[in-house]
Amino acid sequence: MLRFALLRILGAIPTLFVVIAAAFLLVHAAPGGPFDSERVLPPEIEKNIRAAYHLDEPLPQQFARYIKGVLQGDLGPSFSRREYTVSEIISDAWPVTFLLGAMGLIVALSFGIVFGLTAALRRNTVVDRLLSGLAMTGISVPVFVVAPVLVLLFAVHLGWLPASFSGGTGAGRFILPVIALALPQLAYIARLFRASMIEVMESDFIRAARAQGLRTVSIVRHHAMKPALLPLLSYLGPAIAAVLTGSVVVEQIFGIPGLGQHFVNGALNRDYTLVLGLVIFYAALIIALNLVVDLLYGFLDPRIRRQ
Amino acid sequence: MQRALPAIKSIGLRKWALLLAGLSVCLVLAGCGNDRHADAYSNVLKRSLGPEPETLDVHAAISLQAAIVLRDLGEGLTGYSASGELVPAAAERWEVSEDGLTYSFWLRPEARWSNGEAVVAEHFVYSFHRLVNPSTAAPYAQHLIDIENAEAIIKGDESVESLGVTANSEFELSIRLARPVPYFLKLLAHNSAHPVFPPAVEAHGNGFARAGNLVSNGAYKLEDWTMGSMISLSRNEHYWNNANTAIDRVQHFVVPDETAEVNRYRAGELDITETVSSQMFRKLKEERPDELRISPFLQVYYYGLNLTKPPFKANRKLRIALSMAIDRETIVESVVGRGEKPAYSWVPPGVSDYQAMTFSYASQSADERHATARRLYAEAGYSDKNPLQVEIRFNTSESHKNVALAVQEMWRKVLGVEATLVNEEFRVLLANMLAREKTQVFRSSWSGDYNDANSFLSIMQSDNPSNLPGFKNEEYDSLMSRAANQMNPEFRQLLLEEAESRLLAEHPLIPIYFYVSKHLVSDRVVGWQDNVLDYHYSQHLRLKTND
Repeated sequence: MLRFALLRILGAIPTLFVVIAAAFLLVHAAPGGPFDSERVLPPEIEKNIRAAYHLDEPLPQQFARYIKGVLQGDLGPSFSRREYTVSEIISDAWPVTFLLGAMGLIVALSFGIVFGLTAALRRNTVVDRLLSGLAMTGISVPVFVVAPVLVLLFAVHLGWLPASFSGGTGAGRFILPVIALALPQLAYIARLFRASMIEVMESDFIRAARAQGLRTVSIVRHHAMKPALLPLLSYLGPAIAAVLTGSVVVEQIFGIPGLGQHFVNGALNRDYTLVLGLVIFYAALIIALNLVVDLLYGFLDPRIRRQ
Repeated sequence: MQRALPAIKSIGLRKWALLLAGLSVCLVLAGCGNDRHADAYSNVLKRSLGPEPETLDVHAAISLQAAIVLRDLGEGLTGYSASGELVPAAAERWEVSEDGLTYSFWLRPEARWSNGEAVVAEHFVYSFHRLVNPSTAAPYAQHLIDIENAEAIIKGDESVESLGVTANSEFELSIRLARPVPYFLKLLAHNSAHPVFPPAVEAHGNGFARAGNLVSNGAYKLEDWTMGSMISLSRNEHYWNNANTAIDRVQHFVVPDETAEVNRYRAGELDITETVSSQMFRKLKEERPDELRISPFLQVYYYGLNLTKPPFKANRKLRIALSMAIDRETIVESVVGRGEKPAYSWVPPGVSDYQAMTFSYASQSADERHATARRLYAEAGYSDKNPLQVEIRFNTSESHKNVALAVQEMWRKVLGVEATLVNEEFRVLLANMLAREKTQVFRSSWSGDYNDANSFLSIMQSDNPSNLPGFKNEEYDSLMSRAANQMNPEFRQLLLEEAESRLLAEHPLIPIYFYVSKHLVSDRVVGWQDNVLDYHYSQHLRLKTND
């Protein structure tokens, strides 16, 4: 088991390197530079700026400099925010994104399971059709539509909640962003869980339980729930990635000081170091999450371990 | 599968526990409600910045957003009043030598930094040195390039100490210029000419402008900067004019999304917006006519023509024909529709000490213009059988697309031009405009950094890096350099006006409309005055509850 884990960790290093190299090439290949503007800089000033950020060096030399820094844990200075380093920006922002993502995931899971279960047990009734319809809507309507509508309704017209994260000081400021972030996941989980619950409820062992005269509540609670939850476990990985990346739009709309808006601004501003730093951070995170899922599967399924 | 079940069971239970915990958290959150109205009657001004500023380092800052915050935090030797008049700021008075080359400033002895220390002439010397120092790599260093030796220092040919700025005494500063600059006092009001507190820069390097490190000399000091969310400022108790500053705290919110900005304003979370969403403009005009502040602004929206390549190289008639075929009134009324003014000149109306020139056809009827346009188009060698095929490039935006669609249709209808629209991400377009390889017609804009015709006219000089069309005209350059050396303001004005007439006659670009500044200003804000620079210092504002 330990060997399996070690091998996987070692295998992640080249993956990460390839990701960094590809990202480095891509950001530098994008037309335009970090210091371009309609207010074009005189050549001597542009030269000074490029020299200050080592942009005047050949690309391979810049890459070597960058990798050397990364190995020492230094992601470099941000091009667009002079007084901050990329590491500082990321360490300031990730807790907010993670908190938001965790809350979104919890809401999506809890409500998704309840709705999925209800729909499965009332299959082909009005309730089922209503819930399934809502779930389909939840999947199809993008966040940048849902979020402003939520704001219009709950903040502008009803005045119950703040329209933005910075507009309130209490915990209430999390509610609308969390709902906006959770909605597509919630809808997907509800559909997934409905399908898996229906399948389980039709299996032989449930029929046997029914034949014994057990009530539906008891069957669901003691027999059907656990096997029906299994597909959700495999979906957790993509769901986590989706809430973390999905927060890009939500953060912009609600003014949340998280990672997502740095990604957008970094890319638009050609802030090479910031974009690269975030790519490394996200890549390492997703590799780590995959590793955890793999280990969990290895733990659950002895056949994987033996390979 | 059976062996795995106990593990799943424990995970399942834990998950349920987690879910319950999550649910209870949500319930608690819902119970907390919100206290966004807590500040409603306190002395806090809530302003929107739009996108986030890149820095609060006065020498590194380049965006309009950074400038808004920096005007609250610091002040240069000169500043602006609420109505946009140039006024003494850190300097209480000044004298200019007869040849216009030496400026002597007397600082206010009562001026203080936010830590209570006096603002002295040496601080300005240090700051100007830092601005032109090549290692600072300040984008606005060219602003003060007319100070003696500045140009050579920026190029790295001279030492920083040779700059023509000296402290004659604790509170007396003199600045020597290499050539007279009639608008020099206006340049000194710009944030790049604000002083930095030398000990803070020495102690923290580039990090001197961070919250906790920044020492400022303006009406406010920096409390906190939550990136992506808000910059909060509080009253600088040591500011020389603190007694006349009404508002205690200013929160500058980062709101890049225009729709979100309006929603936050309507929800009472903002007192002032940075812009007004074009989609919601008409509705807001009916809903809140008194809160909508629309005012002329020194910015022009134009279509540049690449003069270094065919079809526009050496084809003045074609350039004029295309300009005349555009119905600017329709564009400002039906396409952009936020009070913009049709542009028949390069320098916007409202620039001080200047009479903006106009195209000769500005007063003609549409039919007259179209007839001339068709004639010129034919003379340029194009016809229905041999129509001009041209690309219009613009940076991705709904509004730019609509303008481009309108122009495309007007050119097709009047002249039969076959224009294709190409939208590009902003920096891709910039790179293409600068390369002058692919571009034919491109959208751009220019805003004045200071209220003087030179701010617009100078960029069309042949050696100016912002001269995107690649306009080169000896007569124009000569008129501009004569104006630059002319001490008599009336002669100077005449030379600048003559230069603009030359420029307009050549049609290197097609001005389409002049922007307006657009804000929603809550009725609890008192003291807001529209001005062409769109400068609104928080220290000039009051909140109704202050009365």
